[in-house]
Amino acid sequence: MKISFFLNGISETIVVADGNTPLLWIIRDVLNVKGTKFGCGKAACGACTIHVEGEAVRSCSYPAKFAEGKQINTIEGLGNEENPHPVQQAWIEEIVPQCGYCQPGFIMATAALLAKNPNPTDEDIDQNISNVCRCGTYFRMRKAIHRAAELTQSANTKTEENV
Amino acid sequence: MSKEKKKISRRKFLVRGGLGTVGVLAIGSYIFRNPIRRAILAMANTMDMAYMGDTSNPMLWFELTKDNTILLHSPKVEMGQGTFTSLAQMAADELEISIDKIAVIHAATSTGNIDGMSTGGSTSVAGLWQPLREMAATFREMIKTEAAHKLGVAVSALVSENGIFSANGKRLSYAEVADGVATWEVPDVPALKEIKDYKYIGKPVPRVDLAAKVFGHPIFGMDAEMSDMLYGSVVRPTKIGARFISADVSKAQSMPGVVKIIEEDDFVGVVANSATEAENAKNAILVEWDAPNHLQTADIISLMTVGNGKSTIIQKEGSEVTDDGLVTMEFRSPIGAHAQIEPNGVLASVVGDKATIKIATQVIGLTRKEVAERLDLDEENVNVIPTYLGGGFGRRLHTPHAIQAAVMSKAVGKPVKYFFSRKEEFQHDMFRPPTHHVMKGKLDTDGMLEHLEHHFVSGDVGNDSALVPGILPPIIGADIGAIRGGFIQYGKVPNLRSVYWHVELPFATSFWRSLGLLANTFAIESFMDEMAVRAKKNPIDFRLAHIQDDVAGERLKNVIRAAADNAGYVDTVINGKAMGFAASTDANTPCAQVAEVSIEEGEIKVHKVTLAMDPGVAVNPDQVKAQCEGCVIMGMSAAMHEQMYVEDGELMPIIYGPYNMALMKHAPKEIDVVLLQGIDKPGAVGEPPLGPIAAAVANAVFRLTGKRLNEMPLRL
Ligand code: FES
Ligand code: FES
Repeated sequence: MKISFFLNGISETIVVADGNTPLLWIIRDVLNVKGTKFGCGKAACGACTIHVEGEAVRSCSYPAKFAEGKQINTIEGLGNEENPHPVQQAWIEEIVPQCGYCQPGFIMATAALLAKNPNPTDEDIDQNISNVCRCGTYFRMRKAIHRAAELTQSANTKTEENV
Repeated sequence: MSKEKKKISRRKFLVRGGLGTVGVLAIGSYIFRNPIRRAILAMANTMDMAYMGDTSNPMLWFELTKDNTILLHSPKVEMGQGTFTSLAQMAADELEISIDKIAVIHAATSTGNIDGMSTGGSTSVAGLWQPLREMAATFREMIKTEAAHKLGVAVSALVSENGIFSANGKRLSYAEVADGVATWEVPDVPALKEIKDYKYIGKPVPRVDLAAKVFGHPIFGMDAEMSDMLYGSVVRPTKIGARFISADVSKAQSMPGVVKIIEEDDFVGVVANSATEAENAKNAILVEWDAPNHLQTADIISLMTVGNGKSTIIQKEGSEVTDDGLVTMEFRSPIGAHAQIEPNGVLASVVGDKATIKIATQVIGLTRKEVAERLDLDEENVNVIPTYLGGGFGRRLHTPHAIQAAVMSKAVGKPVKYFFSRKEEFQHDMFRPPTHHVMKGKLDTDGMLEHLEHHFVSGDVGNDSALVPGILPPIIGADIGAIRGGFIQYGKVPNLRSVYWHVELPFATSFWRSLGLLANTFAIESFMDEMAVRAKKNPIDFRLAHIQDDVAGERLKNVIRAAADNAGYVDTVINGKAMGFAASTDANTPCAQVAEVSIEEGEIKVHKVTLAMDPGVAVNPDQVKAQCEGCVIMGMSAAMHEQMYVEDGELMPIIYGPYNMALMKHAPKEIDVVLLQGIDKPGAVGEPPLGPIAAAVANAVFRLTGKRLNEMPLRL
């Protein structure tokens, strides 16, 4: 089966025998974009979190066929060294990662949360960020999420001033 | 980038190695007459281990590249503990270059720079502190001598700034200096700078791997690629102790994408075109197992009970005690899983008599040796290329999957990548063993302890490990991992006993971050709290009064005071919140913690943890703090949430969620870390802060409810 979608803004068409193959493996192994991680394959850890049309989705449990025609974004599409996304910027300022393996999933989940709720309370964070980090970086992540909210707001204010 | 590796004309051996520097025993004294046994026990307790690899040749460690970056080939792996950053700091300071001119990479075994041991035991930075700085200083002088030669001036006339030398209006980069050098002049080891003169050491330098980890670079074992690579999967039983009888592979053979089914004496594997196809085909293999085992959790608990198995006294002071007036309490900890988020995996390519293995491993040399042995290759022909680890925690001290991938690669003539499913991770973990503890104590008429006893039983940690030489367990009579934290650190108690009981479990248990420390400290420090309450004393003062006045004792007292002061410790419940206190000494690093706890909707809620630790010189104080924060949260997760159980011969659960772990909502919103420096070199960091948390939380709960929680995971 042929599936077409946009990965980080670039149009991709893949051919897959089984349309139920998890999108995670299409992204990682067929398109060779490795930032999105495999942790459990059962939507239980969040390491594979990506954005589908802006929504946080656990790609290990998302059949590739559902991606047809959609905008798919991964950590690679969020920002880069020259132009980091506010969540990435905040993660750098707070020096969040330890082993780092869970981090792309958390960063994607946080970016999706902030897009909907630009100034989340601790309670909002607790309810919405349910990924697993074995290194226990939650303490710095919480600080980084609040910092990212600040960065996003000041960026928005600047844009408004420019307008 | 070309490699400027040259012959060394004159070598000055900066030898650090072997077991020469056995640490001084921190606490207590031993009844054993055998000095070897005593020395090994002491080493196991303090983990004062020298780096075991070649530190005689700076060229093995440093490589100059054309763009004037110095590559530091690290035989220690980066698993989150921040070792790469500390190594870069140490090297930059003695090389006298900016830290961004150093790139730390994992040393492939083909470089010859191989750690004789493992990355683990909180020894990496401590063990390399002296030799790495000496090699960097030596390397700097080698380049200087050559630069002076090339510029035609005396060394003293050279001006050097950030990797560029200048003299007589000419400039040479480090790389230009090295270009074309056939023979290096190697000086005697130069004097090292004083710690206060360092630019990076002792400063909160950002992690060198920060960008890679925030922007999603492909740095992990799971991300490894080779052209033409296929995917493997290996059949595993779900029952404990199951023995393979036969496999019917006919259905799997015709599944889509299957390249080959591999049947070996000790495993059956599938190679397919994709990971999903390999997994599906594996699941279609019908295996007959001999699985006579119908164990339940209750069987494991009754097996793991003090009094079963063989006992060894690891600590003994003073005389025996009669039973009257003795307070006795029991404690238990469950089977724990590593649950690191990156599954175990490997990419192997075997071509002719050579193998290449890309893998996240804590035992680079052992991985190489095992692959070479199985495939009957020369070890030099097996190149292990380590990757970043998506968590280690001791899980990656075992890498039999590297052997299996290599066998599969040889069978199909292509590179094969293979990794565990999450179910396999949970069922085939090398678990943290369950433990049972019996504490006994007696107060004198002044409310001081006159007797304290710790009996504990544990499954194997270090016994049977390829990392622990087989001769050790019989010599010391105790498992060097299980006894971590099992010693009593209150040297002023006149009569002390610590007794380890050894019981074999029907499933594999092994190293889990901090080994026996978490459970042993839970028992000892909960009991100390109980005895303080019975003595009607403040738990801080009670502890301080029982600690001896030697160096280790003073360091411990200092962290206890610092934690209590910074937390503003009070022994009463205020606004529904109580504080719990605990302290431990692990691998010569003392750590004390205060947990601020309340009960919310029937659940234990930890609001704040104040932690004081004395790791000696903190090469990177920010990363030492990060390790403390991580240990608090991982320790809380193990102490309050996690538990494997055994149901009808199967280890359960098999997925996150049911294997309950601390999430964002459980993590304390405040973690306050205070670092002290009681010795003038770096000590252990990555594990010691895991010790006190279970007891600190339980002791707070006691103040809130009057109930002494004596089982992990802590439940009201
Ligand atoms: S890998 Fe998708 S949630 Fe764990
Ligand atoms: S940083 Fe290691 S699992 Fe989160």
